[in-house]
Amino acid sequence: MSLLEPGGIDCDIHPAVPNIRALHPYLSDHWRDVVIQRGVHELESIAYPTNSPLTSRPDWRLPNGKPGSDLDALRAHALTPFGTSVAICNCLYGVQLLFSEDMGAGFARAVNDWIAAEWLDKEPRLRASIVVPMQNAELAVEEIDRVAPDKRFVQILLLVMHDHPLGKRHYWPIYAAAERHGLPVGIHAGSAYRHPVTPLGWPTYYTEDYAAQATAFQAALSSLVCEGVFTKFPDLKIVLLESGFTWLPAHLWRLTKFWRGLRMEVPWVDRAPTDIVREHVRLTVTPCDGPPSPEMLQKLMEHMGSDEMLLFSTDYPHWQFDGDAVLPDGLSRDLVRKIMIDNPRATYTRLVSEVVA
Amino acid sequence: MNVQVTSRPIVQPATSSKLAIADGDIHPQRNSYKDLFPYMEARWVEMAKTFGSRPRQAYQAGPAYPKGQPNASRRDAWPPGGRPGSSLPLLQKQLLDENNITLGILNPTGDNGASFQNREFGAGVASAMNRWVEAEWLIEPRLKGSIVVPYEDADAAVAEIERWAGDPRFVQVLMVTRTANPPGQKQYWKIYEAAAAANLPIGVHAFGFGGYPVTGSGWPSFYIEDMVGHAQSSQSFLTSLVIEGVFERIPNFKLVLIESGFAWLPPLAWRLDKLWTRLKQETPHLRRAPSEYIRESVWLTTQPMEEPQPREHVLDAIDWIGWDRLIFATDYPHWDYDDPTQVLPMPLPEQQRRDFFFNNAMKLYRQV
Repeated sequence: MSLLEPGGIDCDIHPAVPNIRALHPYLSDHWRDVVIQRGVHELESIAYPTNSPLTSRPDWRLPNGKPGSDLDALRAHALTPFGTSVAICNCLYGVQLLFSEDMGAGFARAVNDWIAAEWLDKEPRLRASIVVPMQNAELAVEEIDRVAPDKRFVQILLLVMHDHPLGKRHYWPIYAAAERHGLPVGIHAGSAYRHPVTPLGWPTYYTEDYAAQATAFQAALSSLVCEGVFTKFPDLKIVLLESGFTWLPAHLWRLTKFWRGLRMEVPWVDRAPTDIVREHVRLTVTPCDGPPSPEMLQKLMEHMGSDEMLLFSTDYPHWQFDGDAVLPDGLSRDLVRKIMIDNPRATYTRLVSEVVA
Repeated sequence: MNVQVTSRPIVQPATSSKLAIADGDIHPQRNSYKDLFPYMEARWVEMAKTFGSRPRQAYQAGPAYPKGQPNASRRDAWPPGGRPGSSLPLLQKQLLDENNITLGILNPTGDNGASFQNREFGAGVASAMNRWVEAEWLIEPRLKGSIVVPYEDADAAVAEIERWAGDPRFVQVLMVTRTANPPGQKQYWKIYEAAAAANLPIGVHAFGFGGYPVTGSGWPSFYIEDMVGHAQSSQSFLTSLVIEGVFERIPNFKLVLIESGFAWLPPLAWRLDKLWTRLKQETPHLRRAPSEYIRESVWLTTQPMEEPQPREHVLDAIDWIGWDRLIFATDYPHWDYDDPTQVLPMPLPEQQRRDFFFNNAMKLYRQV
């Protein structure tokens, strides 16, 4: 492991909605009635089976309740041990998975108000991403406009797999709102399971589902670039969350090669995809699907071609590493500082004024 | 960073040194369905004439993502009056003689029956494809065939493998990456067992119509996404085979991933190893780390060649995969053809060069 820099910014932690009752006070009367009368179940995605080893580090499980659902535990597990100055909450409660656009919007609103009241109000080191109903871009924008004035919300949160590839114009109003408010769009691992997670159908094992997340991020990047999202929204920043990053160079090699051969199909892509992605896209560092040796990691960093793309994250409470070995071996002191402090500050402009020690 | 589209810093003079080349991906193409009729049962000829192929995609003929060039082919590969890849004499002259290719693997992809909605009809067409290849292409001894199989019907696929298994002119079994179900699932195992029993690798070519969207988030808009997406489909294909334990269950199973790139393989293997370490209680049938199965039993063809900037980075990826696991390929007659004199960024030590261009394929396809 590489030594950590004090005062790091953790760009991906997961506070959990302890149960649907916790949202009751934050749901409108209508949606609270619906939840109670129809017996709406917990909106827990199959992306993280509750007892799967990956879902929580063993020493981060709670005696009572879901991993990540207790603020004191989160302080003790995720903030203090790593000397974290700021951590960004990405709540993965499955509101984007609902088929009803209105119910998705009702739940997104409740989750955001719950995060503000139960987490941000109580712990000054926490920030959050705005959960939006991806089911309907218009409703998503309404929610962004409602929440964005609260500067503790520093990002808009999407799932990497939904109804359509993320570069499609369906989602453009969300990107316009992001640009307008100066908010990066964070794309997190996970799916609404509208389609199988692989192009070859529904896989048998959870292991395959999680492995497929990396390919979903590759496809999402292709879509964002090829549809011209970064041409249309030149100030947009995208952050890939819990994506892995070691696949990135190989993917950009192919995307750029085919862009050379097929750019007549997407003439609005006016620069090499490699350059576009290096400018607009950031990736969190956990999980690090790293090579077996520091020398190989060093080469991979050269292939990345930029030391500004990686952002520190623990992915709390998911079990991606043990002890304090968040970062892989072989990163220079300079790079660690960039990953933990400089790059997050450059990405999340809303943090800057507050993070200065 | 400037993109040096024409950057070719060092040209490797393959032809000047008379290096023999093995080409792992050549596409023979028929001019029309009629070419196949002499090799088809009468009922399937009628089916082809009346209802057509009915693949799992929207159009009767032609892809839903229109290609970048007519027939996705080199402009200079059209024989007089025919389609690219349809003329053996032109292929002999333009591809084999020109490049000193002494072993060329034929992969008759496209409208070949392998995944028609009507599986019985598809099996008939697949069978006819093999007879057509045998009669009209394997008369050239430098060319070897891949057995087209109707892989969504394992019993029919096994019958087709067994029909050709004793014929040394057929050297692998052909599938495509976009299967209708994850290809490691049990319904496909018989195919792999039959191939292993016949000492034939399974060659998995990019493309195909499985029916599901080509990304986990639905259908993308563009051909470029479809093309780049083959690397994701191949990763899913390989992941399914590894995690379902196909490599563990079928010892002599060999896999060749064709036309899907290769630099994605090391990061995928690292990811699978890490996941297996964490989640192995889900897959007790796996006795070794995923990367070990991959290192032992997987080959990849090189076209369309990875082209990083700087191009030398590709050598790191090959180091990580293993120089004994790549099979050079041209993809003739397609537009993204790789020329053996241009494909590598720098001169290589002689042994590596020979392995890359020739020996690996000769060993894999048991030509030595």
